[in-house]
Amino acid sequence: MCLAIPGKVLHIDTTAQPVMGTVSFGGVQKSVCLDWIPELKVGEYVIVHVGFAISKMNEKDAQETLRLLEEMAEVKDELDPDEPASLSPSNGRKKPLS
Amino acid sequence: MRYIDEYRSGQAAKKFAKQIRSITTQPWTLMEICGGQTHTIVKYGIEDLLPREITLIHGPGCPVCVTPLEMIDKAIAIASRPDVVFTSFGDMLRVPGSSKDLLSVKAAGGNIRMVYSPLDAVKIARQNPDKRVVFFAVGFETTAPANAMAVWQAKNLGLKNFSILCSHVLVPPAMEALLFSPSRLVQAFLAAGHVCTVMGYEEYIPLAERYRIPIVVTGFEPVDILQGVYMAVKQLEEKRCEVENQYSRSVLREGNVLAKKLLKEVFRTTNRTWRGIGEIPMSGYSLRPEFREFDAEMIFETANIRTSESPLCIAGQVLQGMKKPHECAAFGKKCNPEHPLGAPMVSSEGACAAYYHFGRFRTAKETTIPETLQ
Repeated sequence: MCLAIPGKVLHIDTTAQPVMGTVSFGGVQKSVCLDWIPELKVGEYVIVHVGFAISKMNEKDAQETLRLLEEMAEVKDELDPDEPASLSPSNGRKKPLS
Repeated sequence: MRYIDEYRSGQAAKKFAKQIRSITTQPWTLMEICGGQTHTIVKYGIEDLLPREITLIHGPGCPVCVTPLEMIDKAIAIASRPDVVFTSFGDMLRVPGSSKDLLSVKAAGGNIRMVYSPLDAVKIARQNPDKRVVFFAVGFETTAPANAMAVWQAKNLGLKNFSILCSHVLVPPAMEALLFSPSRLVQAFLAAGHVCTVMGYEEYIPLAERYRIPIVVTGFEPVDILQGVYMAVKQLEEKRCEVENQYSRSVLREGNVLAKKLLKEVFRTTNRTWRGIGEIPMSGYSLRPEFREFDAEMIFETANIRTSESPLCIAGQVLQGMKKPHECAAFGKKCNPEHPLGAPMVSSEGACAAYYHFGRFRTAKETTIPETLQ
């Protein structure tokens, strides 16, 4: 239930009470309450939970985890080049339990 | 999608997995708090990437799972009234009460509507002045400010037909209850990233010090979880007990100050009963007296509804990490997502449903698909 996803701010209506706006989630647009993120600008990313932006994405820190991985040079060479580009979720159950 | 795909990278995940293997010298037991994290771990098979010495146990962080049976029965009683429009997040509709669930009330003609946001429930109240609109306010600290905003807005608009059935729970008191237990298994916590996005992590510092336990605030994507595990194991191996923040792209030390301010205005802390665990002191929110007119329990006089848990379901032990879902005799037999006995089988974030959907029970008994007849 604590699911929250990042989206890009397309529009901010500061006259609304509370402050509302439009956020794009990979192209899907939703009306979102932006009241708790002061000094937000169009084009920035927010993390949204049940129609409320709960934080502004810290883009510098977002890159940090990825940069850390780049620095792990000692394990890089051991990687199999044929490894999949992304983790695939389990396909789930093939057959109901008897 | 940006900020999601890169944290699902298979190469990145394997790098962290190798790093974890290289620093692990002895067995360690870690608990992820949040049901969303459990879902990621089971869905992406994170446990298969970890060294044998690392055990992940699944914590109580699924609000659907810990909402007490009595509260579900109260919801059913209110939703059955002809003058009520009952609104809720979808997950709560299928949780079994003592005799039925909310979905069966809807099937019998009850006016029950699934909403995406609590503000949608306020909108329904404005559009239906002749109905009494009730919102089922469940959730942890992540969701509580949104529900507080709904109450605040209803008061601001002067709505007389809106109320909430409030069953909010708080993470730190539950962590402390687990640490205080004589059967304590957990040696490090992966704290819930979105709870901390709202609340910050200052309140975890005394817990880490008092109980000598590493706490790593962790996100929800596979790479986040693996980095969280790496940071926790590193602390354990180096005999450190600190609060660290893996999810710094979203979490600030002080959290979201404005959301916390609204929480304080609308709610106060109270004792709450957790399904399968029991009462934990000061582990939840209820409405402040100045917002009493929005309290559905007062309006609909539900105080006389009293119910107790079924002894068949071992959800309490699963929620405390003492048992894995497939160790339950009812798992996948009497209890499955179509006919759940307990709440962890209902919610997609419940440990039992996650094990069922992603086949993690197969370690106990391998199932085979019959070959097509020639």
